[in-house]
Amino acid sequence: MGVAFYIAGAIAVLSTLMVITRYNIMHALLYLVVSFLSVAVIFYLYGAPFMAALEVIVYAGAIMVLIIFFVMMLNLGPQTAGDEQLWLKPRIWIGPTILCLVLLAELGYLIVQQSSPADDIVLVDPKAVGKSLFGPYILAVELAGMLLMAGIVGAYHLGRQRKKITHRFLERTSS
Amino acid sequence: MQTAAVNYWWVIGGVLFTLLNTAAGLIWLERRMLALWQDRYGPNRAGPFGLFIVLADTIKLFFKEDWIPPFADKVVFVFAPAIVVASVLMSFAVIPFGPNILVADWNIGLLFFLAMSSIGVYSIVLGGWASNNKYALLGAMRGASQMISYEVFMGLALMGVVLLSGSFNIREIVEAQKSMWNIVPQFLGFVIFLIAGVAETHRLPFDIPEAESELVAGFHAEYSGMKFGMFFIGEYLGVTLVSSMIVALYFGGWMGPAFLPGVVWFILKTFVFISLFILMRASMPRPRYDQLMEYGWKVLFPLSLLNLLVTAAIILIMKEA
Repeated sequence: MGVAFYIAGAIAVLSTLMVITRYNIMHALLYLVVSFLSVAVIFYLYGAPFMAALEVIVYAGAIMVLIIFFVMMLNLGPQTAGDEQLWLKPRIWIGPTILCLVLLAELGYLIVQQSSPADDIVLVDPKAVGKSLFGPYILAVELAGMLLMAGIVGAYHLGRQRKKITHRFLERTSS
Repeated sequence: MQTAAVNYWWVIGGVLFTLLNTAAGLIWLERRMLALWQDRYGPNRAGPFGLFIVLADTIKLFFKEDWIPPFADKVVFVFAPAIVVASVLMSFAVIPFGPNILVADWNIGLLFFLAMSSIGVYSIVLGGWASNNKYALLGAMRGASQMISYEVFMGLALMGVVLLSGSFNIREIVEAQKSMWNIVPQFLGFVIFLIAGVAETHRLPFDIPEAESELVAGFHAEYSGMKFGMFFIGEYLGVTLVSSMIVALYFGGWMGPAFLPGVVWFILKTFVFISLFILMRASMPRPRYDQLMEYGWKVLFPLSLLNLLVTAAIILIMKEA
């Protein structure tokens, strides 16, 4: 368990670092997929197999494919790697680095304070997740549903196509 | 303990051996059956029934020049064909081939299958993108949108089965079909899953990402040698995977009259569906890309939601009574 966690964690950290430092956006996205997969492994190790599966299906499988789809449509990739290189100057790193160092210090403090990781892992099966989603967290589920509905309606409105009338007489009368 | 572990490795080895040979044998089966349905003989010269054509094809693929286009993204280009084979082979881990022949007895087996099939999309998308070729890119974009949209209601159609058996574990789903196969109460779900499965394996009515008559060869236009072979084998493995999922989820898995062992029943049923896949290839025209998307989102998606709703309602009523 311990070894598997450290391997998965190391891969997650490494691949996330690669996501930030790649100039080629497609390679960055691929490292992000690897990062999601390793987080899924960590979820699985710590007793949340349902979350692990959903992480792969939803994040690594669906959302990332959509993002890659748009990157492909915009024809980014090696062509824009030069631009990225210009934008990503060393000066830009200062702000995020300071914030990350603060987080790291906090993490170190927490680890030093109480050195007892969760030994008693409780297995959360799909049924338990469903029960808590539709029990105590029903409000959040409903709100997320409404948000998604608004998104769907918006997307439909933007993507709506007017009916094309090719006949010349009909074209004049409509409109 | 020792023997259990040994048995376990035997199961993994046996499953891998059978699958890879099945995938190779399907090349022959498909060519022969297509030929018979089209009133010709197909490859019938080399060996008994022309079976050695598999060997000849494999040797040919191995000895072809393994060409990586200079304009391609090399690492991604090499990596992409491996993803499809790896993800499909991983999915076989959760399929119970017989009462005790099962690699991973997981309580999230069905979800693992869905997860692996969504990972499989990457091989098409990345293969097409890395080729840096407009036909390949078009094929990859079609593949991405097709598989994303068909995955949605593939999952929804499967939820009907999950509702009936109350588990994501495929072994438990099979055992829950002891009295009645799921095909009876879940006929609509079965039809939707079958269509989505054909689209997931991008086989012929839905081979829009390849579409050799308009896109050269789609996402694998630049691939040659064994890299193309991986896509090819991945497709046949996908056909086998979807067929065995159909058998396990809707047709009672290994169950059947007792004069044959469970594994044999499973293999026989699976072959029926593999033949159905080949027959569909022989008999159906390819729809246009927008027709495919419209059919998915406007017909199959609402139908799968309806199926889920009605199944849930009936189960609730049965519980009340």
